[in-house]
Amino acid sequence: MCLAVPAKVISIEGSTATVDMMGNTTSADISLLENVTIGDYVLVHVGFAIQKYDEAEAKITLDLLQELAHTVDPHEPG
Amino acid sequence: MSLVDFSDPSTAGLLLGRIAAAAHALGTVRIMEVCGTHTMEIGRLGLRSLLPKNVELVSGPGCPVCVTSGAYLDAAATIALSKNFRIVTYGDMVRVPGLRTSLDEAKSNGAAIDVVTSPLQAVEIARRKPNEQVIFLAVGFETTAPASAKAVSIAKQEGIPNLSFFVSHKTVPPALSALVADKELAISGFLLPGHVSAVIGEKPYWPLAQQGLPAVITGFEPLDILSGITMVCDMLVHKRASVLNAYQRIVKREGNPRAVETVFRVFDVADAAWRGIGLIPGSGLALRQEFREYDASIRFGIPPDGGAADMPEACSCGDVLKGRLRPDACPLFGTSCTPEHPVGPCMVSSEGSCAAYFKYGA
Repeated sequence: MCLAVPAKVISIEGSTATVDMMGNTTSADISLLENVTIGDYVLVHVGFAIQKYDEAEAKITLDLLQELAHTVDPHEPG
Repeated sequence: MSLVDFSDPSTAGLLLGRIAAAAHALGTVRIMEVCGTHTMEIGRLGLRSLLPKNVELVSGPGCPVCVTSGAYLDAAATIALSKNFRIVTYGDMVRVPGLRTSLDEAKSNGAAIDVVTSPLQAVEIARRKPNEQVIFLAVGFETTAPASAKAVSIAKQEGIPNLSFFVSHKTVPPALSALVADKELAISGFLLPGHVSAVIGEKPYWPLAQQGLPAVITGFEPLDILSGITMVCDMLVHKRASVLNAYQRIVKREGNPRAVETVFRVFDVADAAWRGIGLIPGSGLALRQEFREYDASIRFGIPPDGGAADMPEACSCGDVLKGRLRPDACPLFGTSCTPEHPVGPCMVSSEGSCAAYFKYGA
């Protein structure tokens, strides 16, 4: 019930978007989000987009994660 | 725009090394992965066998179907058999055994039960079938509550007289605080559910940090889960307890305020009975006074949601949901209880810990 994958917005009509979810076209209510535009990725749960995917944050997280992976915590014994 | 990949094996290897290094400085670490989807992914990746011996991942209560009370399921199945009634529900709910019966059994006895993927479909069904009483089973955590709230609002706005909602929504943070308070469980930290957090943000988890536990909001790809574990271990090494967000591409600090507002325009905070765990104050949602006419339990006098000791006989799901017992330590596991012939809810649901252990092994 809590599983969701980001779906790409293909078109918007009123508060309903047509989205591409892993190759399947389906519709999602976007009234819980502000400023959804075509090309955005949104997280769809039980028919509603509940959050937007932020590509810039994804890249920052991946960079931080690489840094975390390569850093040895100085407080930990060798 | 494109999706960034979080599954690079070499980075995963480095993170496992980081976890091993941190684990040297720590005693036994019990990290609860709250979300059933995390449990499934951890099983699929075989992650438990890759972690240091003293770092244990404990599956938590984050399977909404598993924690929906047996009495609720029985009541839903019973009313589904009444003439001119139709139950509309998510597919996960159908096979879960109640105490006496299940929706599946009611269906095989002729009950009208429709499986949907969104509460908006329940609205559609009610419009199409004005001569039937259509009841939507409003269950799930913060991910599904905004959708239920929207459907209730539409029912009231349009005055759809034959649609009502049998509500058993639950909220995650109060349940986690209750589990922390149970010292016997000895939880060291949490991987917090990414998509629940997408709605509620970081703040509702602050009580966990105040209780002294590190907690990391975690996504669902391999590197997400490994970085979540790394961050919990690092905080334990440094004796810090904060709520950190390792899933910022989806989870904003404030969550989705519009979704939260939508929920609380329709629902009030209520106490809730978690199947196998018990009553947890403030961990549920109930329809507000002005929406009571759409509350199926009031409209049809269905008994309110059940109590705690409501698992099938000999089933250990309660201890599994609390993280007290590993699924494969239950005497029924894999013998008299399998996904084909489940005894308890944790073996039925696609998000259940027992189903995950059965599918992927420990």
